[in-house]
Amino acid sequence: MEKGSWKVKTGLAQMLKGGVIMDVVTAEQAKIAEDAGACAVMALERVPADIRATGGVARMADPSIISSMMEAVSIPVMAKCRIGHFVEAQVLEALGVDFIDESEVLTPADESHHVWKHDFKVPFVCGCRDLGEALRRIAEGAAMIRTKGEAGTGNIVEAVRHMRAVQDGIRRLQSLPAEELAAEAKALGAPLELVLEVHNTGKLPVVNFAAGGIATPADAALMMQLGAEGVFVGSGIFKSSDPPVRAQTIVKATTHYQDPSIIAEVSKGLGEPMRGLDIRAIPDEELLATRGW
Amino acid sequence: MRIGVLAIQGDFVEHIAMLSQLGVNALAIRLPSQLAELDGLIIPGGESTTMSRLMEDYNLTSPIKELVCQGLPILGTCAGLVLLAKKVTNSVNGSLGIMDIEVERNAFGRQADSFETDLPIPILGDHPFHGVFIRAPLIREVESAVEILCQLSNGAIVAAKQNNCLACSFHPELTDDSRFHEYFLNLTKEGAFAKRNH
Repeated sequence: MEKGSWKVKTGLAQMLKGGVIMDVVTAEQAKIAEDAGACAVMALERVPADIRATGGVARMADPSIISSMMEAVSIPVMAKCRIGHFVEAQVLEALGVDFIDESEVLTPADESHHVWKHDFKVPFVCGCRDLGEALRRIAEGAAMIRTKGEAGTGNIVEAVRHMRAVQDGIRRLQSLPAEELAAEAKALGAPLELVLEVHNTGKLPVVNFAAGGIATPADAALMMQLGAEGVFVGSGIFKSSDPPVRAQTIVKATTHYQDPSIIAEVSKGLGEPMRGLDIRAIPDEELLATRGW
Repeated sequence: MRIGVLAIQGDFVEHIAMLSQLGVNALAIRLPSQLAELDGLIIPGGESTTMSRLMEDYNLTSPIKELVCQGLPILGTCAGLVLLAKKVTNSVNGSLGIMDIEVERNAFGRQADSFETDLPIPILGDHPFHGVFIRAPLIREVESAVEILCQLSNGAIVAAKQNNCLACSFHPELTDDSRFHEYFLNLTKEGAFAKRNH
């Protein structure tokens, strides 16, 4: 019997596909998310919009909050650690969370190195802005990838940019002749072995979700049509005027992402979405997506 | 042959890929209208809570239950097993409730306890079947009408069959071994499933 293998780590990500993973800050919110059909919840102390508003150093959530969420719901519970903070990751693994997000939403602990995720039995998900970044994280042991988007903005533009960049990168690798792949691996800053795999299969070796800016059912369906295998919704649900309804409708739009009539139906009378931010109005040093490399 | 794969959430793409590789016409099922003229249905792995909620919201639960009661062959893997069970010990959710089994969700624990192991499954031959268990459920009790297909070395039941229903705790769709799917397809083809009495 083998526990914590690559197969069971990437396998859990496969089970989450087609689903919505929701940011929650209390056990009560976790329950609302589960009842609305979330396939997992992400335990946080503050949603990204609040992290953005309050500033300061954002860290791993209090273990007591995470434990209370694990007791409250039966769906998988994820939690975030800071980039490179392998002790926060060890703590989260000791708590028994089902997935760790080494996340740019928290303040990085290491500006040069990410966690060596192969050392852990618990699977990790990491953010990326393009194919090279995705493959670097997978090489370090990420069992799941999500495009970064720009968390806490309610603005889908960065999520779209990053998903298109990943998909363009994959199409480009497929089209290259074999003798050009080593140079391309160098240009991407990614291991040749993974570059060859993407060239041969035409897809990432792990599941890829979209994140960062999804606020409406149509946003979720847009990311699915662009090639996401599921979505993370952070501030978009609990910063809206009616979280349970918004959560349910985003779940429905994610399942029925190819059916505009259903997306139209669930989008009716949803109330106020979270207030969005124009990315161009955010100073460069406050952008989250540029954290990590 | 047309086999539907419930495509609400979970690893339905992996089931569809396995079926396509076996030369079967596999269809993603998201709405009741897509259930017509199927020769079999697969409920994939995923989150059973999410699946049962969306099945209810889109009026899939009753039609599927009706079709299976009329004899439509059905295979449930992991979450699919949970949905097929008449009794689920640690869940508040409604499910299809077709098989006379009692299932415990996440019976091995959380993700840290997910595992892989080789399984003896006599109906698939002498060669062991590689079982991938992810936050897997277990069959705690079976009624006499249920045939046990596989047990772990500690006696825990991880695969069972009752009339036209086949279910397992593990994920044959995450392996390269197509024997479990072929077993399901053969039973479907040969009409070997007995029609249910009610």
